[in-house]
Amino acid sequence: MVARAAVDFEESRAWTIAAAVPDPEVPCVTVADLGILRSVHIEKNTVIAKLTPTYSGCPAVLAIELAVETALLEAGFDARVERVLSPAWTTDWITKDGREKLREYGIAPPVNGSASKLSLFGKVDVTCPRCASTNTEKLSEFGSTACKAHYRCLSCSEPFDYFKCI
Amino acid sequence: MSAKTPFINVLISLGDDHLILGHRLSEWCGHAPMLEEDLSMPNMALDLLGQARNLYGYAVELEAEGRTEDDIAFLRTDREYKNILMVERPNGDFAHTMLRQFYFAVYMQLFWDDVLANGDARLKEFAAKATKELAYHIRHCGEWLVRLGDGTEESAERMKAAVDALHPYTNELFDITPDFNTCIEDELVPNPETLRKDWNTAIQQIFRQAFLVVPNVQFPQTGGRTGHHTEAFGHLLSELQYMQRAYPGLTW
Ligand SMILES: [Zn+2]
Repeated sequence: MVARAAVDFEESRAWTIAAAVPDPEVPCVTVADLGILRSVHIEKNTVIAKLTPTYSGCPAVLAIELAVETALLEAGFDARVERVLSPAWTTDWITKDGREKLREYGIAPPVNGSASKLSLFGKVDVTCPRCASTNTEKLSEFGSTACKAHYRCLSCSEPFDYFKCI
Repeated sequence: MSAKTPFINVLISLGDDHLILGHRLSEWCGHAPMLEEDLSMPNMALDLLGQARNLYGYAVELEAEGRTEDDIAFLRTDREYKNILMVERPNGDFAHTMLRQFYFAVYMQLFWDDVLANGDARLKEFAAKATKELAYHIRHCGEWLVRLGDGTEESAERMKAAVDALHPYTNELFDITPDFNTCIEDELVPNPETLRKDWNTAIQQIFRQAFLVVPNVQFPQTGGRTGHHTEAFGHLLSELQYMQRAYPGLTW
């Protein structure tokens, strides 16, 4: 009983440390905010953190995995990161907190319900992260990173990134 | 040769399609006709590279002979690459590039959709990610096909020239090599022949909007799946493999 409680405590400590690692491309959000940190558990004294990539070719995958492993090692854990592909990541896993942080950072968060093909391609109202106007237009499907599209606000004239649904 | 050899070969040939097409797309980086396209093409190239890595990684894991995905990507000779000829062709103009991407993305979307329903378990994991990524490629390139085909006199002319040049290469998408056939029988991958009808429909649909006509192909161009490549391929490889050839074992 006591041993199990100790493991639980260590697991939650490890989760807290792994979860706080920021995304290198969008540093305002953490791996937990994005929903790419899938689980953290301890097996034979080793912390195993499971991460899932956003896109197949996301160049930040290795950097993120190394950052999580390093954070755990620095906290005194024996740690290993495992990459899981299934189930495939979706922007629906970005937490409410994460969405708010994205908006404050100037990136319009993805519109909810992205798992359906309809919202992948149906018309979505993207809200300007600066003035909250929905009078916006898409400039480019692909933005500065694979996960973003480029938009412009027609009310305040500011260009902004939109974290697109996948 | 083990029982897994045909599947390993098929995984590598599919990986080759993605790697080589991704490489060609990446050549546009810094040369695109507009900034938005300078972002979109490398982004699509990254998706293709990621998908290639999945396929190569799985192949070397099944092979279990110590080869790595980098060995597969960088250290083979031209005859050992089994990509279809279409993906190795020089980019041509922007119309050529968008059309080729569209042909390929529509095919792979159908392929992965079928994998999700019937295929190998690991391939299903790759498919779940790839189908979402390809949906963006199809929409993006499809919009360009319509914009150019239904655009100015010159853009329509160029779009038509691209169709004439590239359509003869599309038949190879549906080629069934003996290895592929074995994998179809083992229910690991879909039979490309069953995808042909939907592929044709998708192409015709966008062609109608773009005022393009599917040409009557008399001489389909094939050879890549058996390692017989075009002249352009050697030049492509010399650039793709340069670092590993000049500094063997280089890592960073
Ligand atoms: Zn605004």
